[in-house]
Amino acid sequence: MIDTLMQNPTGIALLALLGLGAVFGALLGFAAVRFRTEGNPIADQVNQLLPQTQCGQCGFPGCRPYAEAIANGEAINKCPPGGQETIEALASLLDVEPEPLDAEHGEEKAPRVALIREAECIGCTKCIQACPVDAILGAAKVMHTVIADECTGCDLCVDPCPVDCIDMIERKTGIQHWRWQSPDVIASDRVAA
Amino acid sequence: MIEVHTIKGGIHPPEEKALSNPGHVIDCPMPPKLILPLNQHIGAAAEPIVAVGQYVLGGECLATATGLVSANVHAPTSGVIASIDDHPVPHASGLSNCCIELIPDGEDKWLALNGTDDFRQATPADLVTAIRCAGISGMGGAGFPTAVKLMASDRTPIDTLIINGTECEPYITADDTLMQVNPAGIIEGAEILAFIVGAERILFAVEDNKPEAAAALTQAVVDTASSVAREVVTFPTKYPSGGEKQLIEILTGQQVPSGKLPADLGIVCQNTGTAVAVRDAVVVGRPLTHRIVTLTGRALNKPANYRVPLGTPIEFLLSIAGYQAEQSSRLVHGGPMMGFAIDDPRIPVVKTTNCVLAPTEQEFPSAPSAQACIRCGHCAEACPASLLPQQLYWYARARDQEQLERHNLFDCIECGACAWVCPSHIPLVQYYRAAKGFIQDSREEKIRSERSQARFEARQARVEREAQAREAKRAARKAAAQAKTTQDTEEDPIQAAVARAKARKSEQEVTE
Amino acid sequence: MLADYALLLIGAVLVNNFVLVQFLGLCPFMGVSNKLESAMGMAAATTFVLTLASVSSYLTYNYLLVPLDLTYLRTISFILVIAVVVQFTEMVVRKSSPLLHKVLGVYLPLITTNCAVLGVALLNINKSHSFTQSLLYGFGAAVGFSLVLILFAAMRERLAVADVPEPFQGAAIGMVTAGLASLAFMGFAGLV
Repeated sequence: MIDTLMQNPTGIALLALLGLGAVFGALLGFAAVRFRTEGNPIADQVNQLLPQTQCGQCGFPGCRPYAEAIANGEAINKCPPGGQETIEALASLLDVEPEPLDAEHGEEKAPRVALIREAECIGCTKCIQACPVDAILGAAKVMHTVIADECTGCDLCVDPCPVDCIDMIERKTGIQHWRWQSPDVIASDRVAA
Repeated sequence: MIEVHTIKGGIHPPEEKALSNPGHVIDCPMPPKLILPLNQHIGAAAEPIVAVGQYVLGGECLATATGLVSANVHAPTSGVIASIDDHPVPHASGLSNCCIELIPDGEDKWLALNGTDDFRQATPADLVTAIRCAGISGMGGAGFPTAVKLMASDRTPIDTLIINGTECEPYITADDTLMQVNPAGIIEGAEILAFIVGAERILFAVEDNKPEAAAALTQAVVDTASSVAREVVTFPTKYPSGGEKQLIEILTGQQVPSGKLPADLGIVCQNTGTAVAVRDAVVVGRPLTHRIVTLTGRALNKPANYRVPLGTPIEFLLSIAGYQAEQSSRLVHGGPMMGFAIDDPRIPVVKTTNCVLAPTEQEFPSAPSAQACIRCGHCAEACPASLLPQQLYWYARARDQEQLERHNLFDCIECGACAWVCPSHIPLVQYYRAAKGFIQDSREEKIRSERSQARFEARQARVEREAQAREAKRAARKAAAQAKTTQDTEEDPIQAAVARAKARKSEQEVTE
Repeated sequence: MLADYALLLIGAVLVNNFVLVQFLGLCPFMGVSNKLESAMGMAAATTFVLTLASVSSYLTYNYLLVPLDLTYLRTISFILVIAVVVQFTEMVVRKSSPLLHKVLGVYLPLITTNCAVLGVALLNINKSHSFTQSLLYGFGAAVGFSLVLILFAAMRERLAVADVPEPFQGAAIGMVTAGLASLAFMGFAGLV
């Protein structure tokens, strides 16, 4: 049968192409096995850029799940604690266009810390269990207090408190944290505006 | 005679030095109150050790250094502590910080001072302690605690001590005046410093626009003997030759590598004022309580160099110098290139206040609006640190941290030469300062988020462990319960008891 | 002999640069030149593909199609060869640098449709190149492509932070720049 096919010019063409396809297919099959990849290293790099507040405002249960979602194509503008800076950094890493923060997920606020009004605290440990970074010191029936330096301002502790004694206050800034502002408006911009 | 080199770039702004009559010091009278900030230096603020209402003597320590990079604060005169509270301080932000307010009682009673006649009898470590106790920090403008700079470390041995009398910034003549009025103090201070660091030679650096100062120092060198080689070096005037790294390049031809210190090249650089303060601390036992401040600018009737107690409110100084508020366009703390505007004249003189400028509108016209960059490249020609100001400008505007670090943003000494030559009047240095700020913020953020991540992962691990422990306990309990029930099926206790009772009953029936 | 090869190389890299003079391969040229790192990655990938494809096409043509008198099938068989080489390259890139793979995104498989690659393969036939000549021509085309891509990426990085007037921002100023670069490269005409 091959011989008759070989006489026919169309047959030769077909055979040649099929033969080529088969050889290359085998080559690719071998390559697919040889160059197999495991894991998701991009998610690690994305996770490094996220602020690690573990607050869940992005809709994912923590920063790592959001990082993995981003590695799979999720939008990068869902993190309010990271703010525009983080969106720009993610855009730069993944070579995509930076977008403004998605208002649905919250807005960029000044950094805050939790403060427990100790006079009202009943020692129930509900806030301690809620804190994702163990920034609340205390035990059952013993006074609870927030370690301000470790608090990320995620405000996951506010809801569980049965006596509602936790306030979110703005992180103190003083002369030590003052920064120069960029003089960004130039004359020609002002004229155009 | 050492060979003098030149640095790339640099500018020649009008000097305006003669205005403040260098070479003469006027003693400033004691103001009605002294405001002493707890932080007049680079590093952590000092901790107050006095209480409100306490009576203190001149030279008494009011606040002690916290940690290594910090400095003490002393009372410039006797008086009563009125308050320890926030007060506007000399800072570009115009913000307030904690200060000790001292009301002088007019008696100027001082603590008994203990100096030493022959400092060579002491060890370098003891002398460094004396300098630390005296609260001395760099008086050229930076304010780095001197004792820390002099501390021995495992670095390269020091062979050269440079005494920086360059004073390259226009208008300022405080160091010039000090060199003319107290050259012996500078020479002696330099000897002490050289002894501490183990230097083999001392170079006194003076720009060639200060011939009287150079002559005074040269005479003082001739008049004294020393075990180390000393030389007064003059070199052509150029701004900013007085920057530490620039001066080292001029005197030695070596460049301090990016990210390294002069000590890595075996060089220590100190300001002339600091040298005199060191001499006073070691020989007399006197802490740092006064300094020479240049008051200049054409809005003053009596521009001159004043010897001022630290903590003097600047408005008091201005009144002494005959300040004409209507004529002045603004007030500047420091020089015209590296100083910052004073919003509130109540701020006090601190250890780094070398000059207060009160210019007229004519002298300092308001900055014209910035226009677009025309990419002329004059800024790169003027930069004394061989950076690329134009690239830094574009990347600072784009907030591109990676490129800014690659272009050595943190090697910029913020001298302002680039902004001075820019034909579009772009405030370049402000862009670089803002860029340094947001890069520092992002570095701090990164450290914080790494810490939070570590804590989060530790917590996950702990919760996991506790869950597993609970599981293990439950499984153990279940296994124990199962073991018990298998035992019981072999011999059910209830059945056995019933059987025993039946047996006893039937026995009883039999016996009856 | 060596001089001929040198001339062939210079011709492919500069005088008849595939991107700026022959206007082939413009899609990845405009699409991946936003950042220098991704441009370098793309340049490396394209060099690998071009050289390999050029050689494989030559071998396929001269040892399969010509003996079987199937030269009319060259277009389809070259595309087959190129597609296989690109797939192989994609696997290697994904293994060695997942970030580069993510950054290049769809442009990596799009090398298959890069007219420069097919162009080189077909031009080798047109010019009746020998094996060595095909290899050098393919490699030269790749070097020329890489050179221009990297230069252009560097320019675009600077353009991205410059104060470009709004109507020109983005691809528009990129096109204008590419046109000017093309003018510059046409200055090489007559060099060889």
